[in-house]
Amino acid sequence: MSAIFSARDLCVSINGKQILRDVDFDLERGKILGLVGESGSGKSMSALSAMQLLPEGASQSGELSFEGKNLTRASDPEMTHIRGKDISMVFQEPMTALNPIRTIGDQVAEGLRWHLRISRKEAWEQTIDVLERVGLGPEYGLMDRFPHQLSGGQRQRVVIAIAIACQPKVLIADEPTTALDVTVQAQILTLLKDIVKKEQMAMLLISHDLAVVAEMADTVAIMKDGVIVEDGPTGELFDNLSHPYSQKLFEASNHVPVPRQEPVDERAQPLLKVSNVLRQYPLSRASIFTRRQWHRAVQHVSFSVAPRQSLGLVGESGCGKSTLARTILGLTPPDGGSIQFLGKDPFAVSRNDRRDLQLGMQAVFQDPYGSFDPRHTVERTVSEPLHLMRSDLSREQRRKRVHEVLESVGLASADANKYPHEFSGGQRQRIAIARALVTNPSLIVADEPVSALDVSIRAQILDLFADLRDRLGMAYLFISHDLSVVQAITDRVIVMNAGRIVEEGPTGEVFSNPKHPYTRMLVSAVPDLNEALRKRRKKENKDTQ
Amino acid sequence: MLWFAFLRLIGLLTTLLAASLVIFVVLEVLPGDPAEVMLGLNAQPDTLAALRAELGLNAPVTTRYVSWILGMFQGDFGISYTYSVPVSELISERIQVSLPLAAGSLILSTLIAIPVGVYSARHHGKIIDTGIMSVAQIGIAVPNFWIAILLVYVFAIVLRILPSGGFPGWDVSVLGSLQALLLPVVALALPQASILARVMRSALLDVLHEDYIRTARAKGLSNKATLWRHGVRNALIPVLTILGLQFSFLIAGTVIIENLFYLPGLGRLIFQGITQRDLIVVRSSVMLLVALTIFVTFLVDIAYAAIDPRLRRRA
Repeated sequence: MSAIFSARDLCVSINGKQILRDVDFDLERGKILGLVGESGSGKSMSALSAMQLLPEGASQSGELSFEGKNLTRASDPEMTHIRGKDISMVFQEPMTALNPIRTIGDQVAEGLRWHLRISRKEAWEQTIDVLERVGLGPEYGLMDRFPHQLSGGQRQRVVIAIAIACQPKVLIADEPTTALDVTVQAQILTLLKDIVKKEQMAMLLISHDLAVVAEMADTVAIMKDGVIVEDGPTGELFDNLSHPYSQKLFEASNHVPVPRQEPVDERAQPLLKVSNVLRQYPLSRASIFTRRQWHRAVQHVSFSVAPRQSLGLVGESGCGKSTLARTILGLTPPDGGSIQFLGKDPFAVSRNDRRDLQLGMQAVFQDPYGSFDPRHTVERTVSEPLHLMRSDLSREQRRKRVHEVLESVGLASADANKYPHEFSGGQRQRIAIARALVTNPSLIVADEPVSALDVSIRAQILDLFADLRDRLGMAYLFISHDLSVVQAITDRVIVMNAGRIVEEGPTGEVFSNPKHPYTRMLVSAVPDLNEALRKRRKKENKDTQ
Repeated sequence: MLWFAFLRLIGLLTTLLAASLVIFVVLEVLPGDPAEVMLGLNAQPDTLAALRAELGLNAPVTTRYVSWILGMFQGDFGISYTYSVPVSELISERIQVSLPLAAGSLILSTLIAIPVGVYSARHHGKIIDTGIMSVAQIGIAVPNFWIAILLVYVFAIVLRILPSGGFPGWDVSVLGSLQALLLPVVALALPQASILARVMRSALLDVLHEDYIRTARAKGLSNKATLWRHGVRNALIPVLTILGLQFSFLIAGTVIIENLFYLPGLGRLIFQGITQRDLIVVRSSVMLLVALTIFVTFLVDIAYAAIDPRLRRRA
């Protein structure tokens, strides 16, 4: 079969900096090409260049051939006839990809009217059809709704509807499910696969997630620093990875840190005890005559963390896990129930006692850059929690302590005088961990600590967590939507859904033998690289026979 | 949407009430009663007593406040001390000048600012953008009375095509009245337009970096279509905010401009009221201006909700 869209020797540079170098790929009808790479590898730029939507200051050479035209030479007016009609794109962030002040129907119909020059009424009817094709039938009544009234999954379906409205020949999807929950991700991936099959589109799927690509793509290209280092049919390629970078990427995706050496004494006096905690928010009233309704974000949750234990808390967005984390960290008091840390209730003790409790519990958040003041040096950032120790430490002692923890997380003591922007994402997360370690806590609450990191860096940070656990006897409360992360690093796991704990148990047991239907759904929705490859090989063998 | 408007309306009435209280307290309850202030230092005790009785100052404070508020609801704003005519008559006469002046300059400044801001944003970073924004900067820096003097010099003294001041009255000559208002409207509008144009430009530049603009481009929309269909309306929200805030400056501007052009408007009435210590005129016209400003804020709030559906739920 011949390619409908192909890139040859595609080079792109932005303000003189080369982003893509000699990129070649082919897209075929009814087939999916997966483009994998870490952040900054140039995969998104490949997508934008296929759409000819490169940012200002970009220059390109090489060829992007589509139906006998070289798109790198096409003018913008020419491209307006191709974009959205023949080549369409699905974006990563469904939250911001839709115009907040225009209705769903209006936004889907717009492309139809623009390209097909049809009447408002015809476009409206076709829009209803398109929404039905992405699983948003008229029963949802979305035509007159606005984006903020939809769920994340529905929004992404609308973005897909906009892309496929004019039945394009080529569909480009840039991380189409990265911002979504696993169960929603599974639905969207199935939808995309079905559309490609049914409508015989050629698809370029861009992702950082090898498992997603292995599940979806017929052929895969691995990109690093703007160069495709390796490509081929999915099963075959993953079986014979020859480039060191692809091998490293593959290993990192499967990475599991060293398991715990000494067993945890679960009968010991618990470090943290959460009993019957309730958190609720008032909802805005429908009118002044009805009673105020409350949204129960966390409903009667109880669990405990033993010393040196690593507890995972998993659940999808909106399940109440971050609300619970804020209460555990002492940021918001519970509306019911109690928290006991080191045998004391942080909301009931005196100010000084609360400080001591705070010394024992520290936090690591998802976005390290956002949690640093860019004008503070690393030393100042890391030593900040030491203020809790009042004046027990001299300046010199503080500096020494900062250097100690920096070394303990794998940074140099010389890094103390630098500023956050001088570090990479992974190093910044190390700084965040150092800041948590500086008070010598016994428990670290980590809220999505590796979600923003690339796979290879994620593996390193997970190793660091495991190392600190063994070396310092640290206990963790690991909050994540990513089951594979929780599986890799925790002893016990709690599964939350709609503010309640639905299942709890030793991590291995819960994941291998989930009992609650919600846990089962969650576990089965997680893309599994090895499982996907096994299926892929089977299929490829069948095709060749 | 209707519920939203209703809640805003309640808010508006509360604000009006609070404003009336402040005005009343400031003008009447503070040291020296209105009768003393009006008659000056050398007033005779019996004239003072007579004026107090005439003004109803002998009644308790609360009664006076309530009767003032109730009177205004019935269109009774009291009787001007210096003009000896009902204040309502004065105001209805003067507002025929001030309202077209304020509304005209508001409309003119918007009509100038939005296209200029959009044009400048489209040519962001080019020489034409820099040029327009420098001119706008000058427009902000220069006070409106100076622009007024310049306009009078050019159009009334050198070119002799427009009157330099005065107002014939709508019943005498509609065309003449319009001509008389033209220069004041322009003088008031230009500084406002400069601010608005800059806000429009920067708001639009912000919006153009949003993801949904990229989505619109990916649909195949041309640059221009994307800008008008997805950019401008979204950028209007900050512009509206400034527009609402500017209205009170516009009112303050009319006081100066009406004096400069000898226009018998509300601003001039207040100015004269203050210089002649006619506190009844001042009180009622200030209240009227406050009401106008609050009403404009209300309109801006409604316009927000009309533009942005996300604001409709909250109130």
